[in-house]
Amino acid sequence: MAVTTSRSAKVTLPADDQILITREFDAPRELVYKAFTTPELVRRWWHAKRGEMTVADIDLRVGGTYRFVMDSGGFEVGFHGEYLEIVPGEKIVSSEVYEGLPEGVSEEDGSTVNTATFTEEDGRTTLTLLIQAANKTSRDAIIESGMEDGLQDALDLLEETAQSIR
Amino acid sequence: MARAATTTDAFNAVAEPRRRQILDVLTGGELAVNDVVDRLGLSQPQVSKHLRVLRQVGAVDVREDGRQRFYRLNGEALKPIHDWIARYEETWSERFDRLDSVLQELKKEEGDGSDD
Repeated sequence: MAVTTSRSAKVTLPADDQILITREFDAPRELVYKAFTTPELVRRWWHAKRGEMTVADIDLRVGGTYRFVMDSGGFEVGFHGEYLEIVPGEKIVSSEVYEGLPEGVSEEDGSTVNTATFTEEDGRTTLTLLIQAANKTSRDAIIESGMEDGLQDALDLLEETAQSIR
Repeated sequence: MARAATTTDAFNAVAEPRRRQILDVLTGGELAVNDVVDRLGLSQPQVSKHLRVLRQVGAVDVREDGRQRFYRLNGEALKPIHDWIARYEETWSERFDRLDSVLQELKKEEGDGSDD
């Protein structure tokens, strides 16, 4: 029987305006793809234990849209977008807009183009998720969105460090 | 293309793939420039150039010993970047841990060959 080891997703920043997430799964490619594109299955993992999924709509075709909403203790977190390119079982390119964009941020600036690629080797699948933001400010805001306290302190410290060695 | 100077922005400095590789080999401890060159198979001028950028943002410290220069990681300068990304990474890790369980169940279903 296959053993599932819980591994960390690896996050890197290949360019100023990009985020790259990589993770290997102990399952063949078609299953990972299925879990990624089937509403009933997405409902079971996308919330990352941070709430209950109230909406998981997927119209998987080029030009079709999707919408995911999670209720996190009375606070709704929603994302929606459009499928731009689909290679069944291998690749999905979609736009993504966070529905809670701060005032003053245009949808154009706040949306990203996400490319999910599925590759299989020896029955294991590597998923890479490349998030292309409009610019560095948006990219940084996406990463910060996953954070609460401590961020500002950390950035202040970084700024100080950078300035002190100028 | 407008970019923040890599020499003043540690985030940019460590975003460059070669520089990430250099930081990776330095996680094992202090190394002379030549050791970094050997391990990565890059040219010495390339390595020296990247090390200079990393030094300017404080990501590495240098120590001179005779004619040799030794470089080591400066964890304190890198910690904010690590923390910054780590929280984001955590969300995705939890999400993918959930996906792992879904996949195991799917595998079992398909393996049994019996739907419902």
